[in-house]
Amino acid sequence: MQAEELNIDLRAPELTALGVPAPSTARRRWVDAAFRRYRHWLIILPPFLFLTIFFVIPFLFAFKISFADSTIGIPPFTPLFGPIQDNHINISISTDNYDYLFTDDLYILSYLYSVRTAFFATLVCLLIGYPMAYAMSRASKTTQNLLLLIIILPFWTSFLLRVYALETIVRENGLLNETLLWLGLIDHPLRIMRTTGAVYLGIVYSYLPFMVLPLYATLEKLDHSLVEASADLGQPPWRAFIDVTLPLSLPGVIAGSMLVFIPAIGEYVIPSLMGGPNSLMIGRVLWDEFFSNHDWPVASAVAIAFVVLLVGPIAIYQHYNVKQLEA
Amino acid sequence: MTNRTSPLILTILCFGIAFLYLPMLVLIAYSFNGSALVQVWGGFSTKWYVELFHNDQILDAALLSVEIAVTASTGAVILGTLAAIALVRFPRFRGRLLLTGMVNAPLIMPEIITGITLVLLFMSMTEMFSWPTTRGFTTIVIAHVAFCMGYVTITVQSRLQTVDKTLEEAAMDLGSGPVRAFCDVTLPIIAPSLVSGWLLSFTLSLDDLVISSFVAGPGSSTLPMVIYSKVKLGVSPDVNALASLVIGIVGIGVIIAGTLMRRAERQRAIDLQMAAR
Repeated sequence: MQAEELNIDLRAPELTALGVPAPSTARRRWVDAAFRRYRHWLIILPPFLFLTIFFVIPFLFAFKISFADSTIGIPPFTPLFGPIQDNHINISISTDNYDYLFTDDLYILSYLYSVRTAFFATLVCLLIGYPMAYAMSRASKTTQNLLLLIIILPFWTSFLLRVYALETIVRENGLLNETLLWLGLIDHPLRIMRTTGAVYLGIVYSYLPFMVLPLYATLEKLDHSLVEASADLGQPPWRAFIDVTLPLSLPGVIAGSMLVFIPAIGEYVIPSLMGGPNSLMIGRVLWDEFFSNHDWPVASAVAIAFVVLLVGPIAIYQHYNVKQLEA
Repeated sequence: MTNRTSPLILTILCFGIAFLYLPMLVLIAYSFNGSALVQVWGGFSTKWYVELFHNDQILDAALLSVEIAVTASTGAVILGTLAAIALVRFPRFRGRLLLTGMVNAPLIMPEIITGITLVLLFMSMTEMFSWPTTRGFTTIVIAHVAFCMGYVTITVQSRLQTVDKTLEEAAMDLGSGPVRAFCDVTLPIIAPSLVSGWLLSFTLSLDDLVISSFVAGPGSSTLPMVIYSKVKLGVSPDVNALASLVIGIVGIGVIIAGTLMRRAERQRAIDLQMAAR
């Protein structure tokens, strides 16, 4: 009891010094206990409320608007809850936008195209990124730090400018074609820009660091004596890799793949700058629906359907991410 | 043990690094090309850089972008750090799982989704509360804080987990309140992660095109929006100069920040050793 009193006095010496009359002890204790019990919410609430309002609630609005009809005006959609007439509210929910998604080939095709493109680009990233991360994890500590900086630096550099830099190299009169022509390997410039290949190239180029970093993080922690033990038992190196290294680095493989796959499906900049008119990725369709056609309800429906498709991959990512954080 | 990596794997590493860096190096080289045509080398010239500094559209956009990035990354560091403290120090509270999800989801949510849902929110808010009256600086800052704070939280969180809580308890035993103990003892230790979180948010905000395009109203064009529209129209040599400038500044900034932080870290390790002696 005495210690508690002492604590309170220590915490508010300036108040007693100023001669502020102390509230009755019982009330003070009650306020103090309540404050102690709930004060952690002072820290939790600001980020919690901010993210609820500006990350979660926006999805609810998108969900709501996806059931509206589009009109010409500001905002360009009809209200769901109309004016009250004869004591009941007019509710006009239209599932037309969703019907439209399934009847117009454009949307389904662009979903499939996006998923396919993102999948193969992720695979290429993995095939290049895994050996890179492995070589990094096996280097000496000083080299590791240097290599890490080299891999992280592009991650900090502007995404848009990196895509632009890649474009300047692979365009028809870019460095790549000029060099190949000069070497005599080709007799007319390769057409790389505005093809599906260019979209793959762009995604691999932009997202490679996202693959390498989590892979490196797991491979670096890997106990190499296990691999040596496997070699001592007479296993060839590739067996040691398949039996030991690969399974142990699986969390990194999955985290890296999801970090590439999920944003790549929704990629807008790369297909619009590098892809041809046929590379209708869903991000591009969504952008056009919103900015060119001004059809917000359809754009919302596309976005909501897209998020529903992403729930699976995001859950996988979160699961392995939490595992990795706990490890 | 380190020299057993097969040459094939080392080749892939070198190839990968070359792949990442070659386009940027070529772009920087092109930016000094006196000729406006890409395939012709017109001699070394800095005229595109000079032209850049006379282009009001680019300068205005750059200024706006920097203002947004400074405000947004400061906001993201404050909210992101609070979230990190909440997640590390309060192991059980109602909504902990939800907060974890909300912090992490924006990191992998495709930007286009975040952008479109946010603009729908802002439009609806204008309708209901007549705020925000215009879309521009404020809405872009809010959007950037929302997607940057997750990066801050993750950076600070991993650092905060390593901090010895007994130090803070010692300070509290000596009579300082919990806030005071945190600010005096723990905050200096996690400060480097706050700095790197701020820098990361700054570059992410400075670079963002998709989300900004959605939440910006007419008349507020950020630097990436200006660059994008210029690139979309075709080659313009002043974009080469601008890109080289941005890449150069960010590169040098990251290297300096990294070196400083490593030095501070080493100093701290030495201090700890001295204290332990």
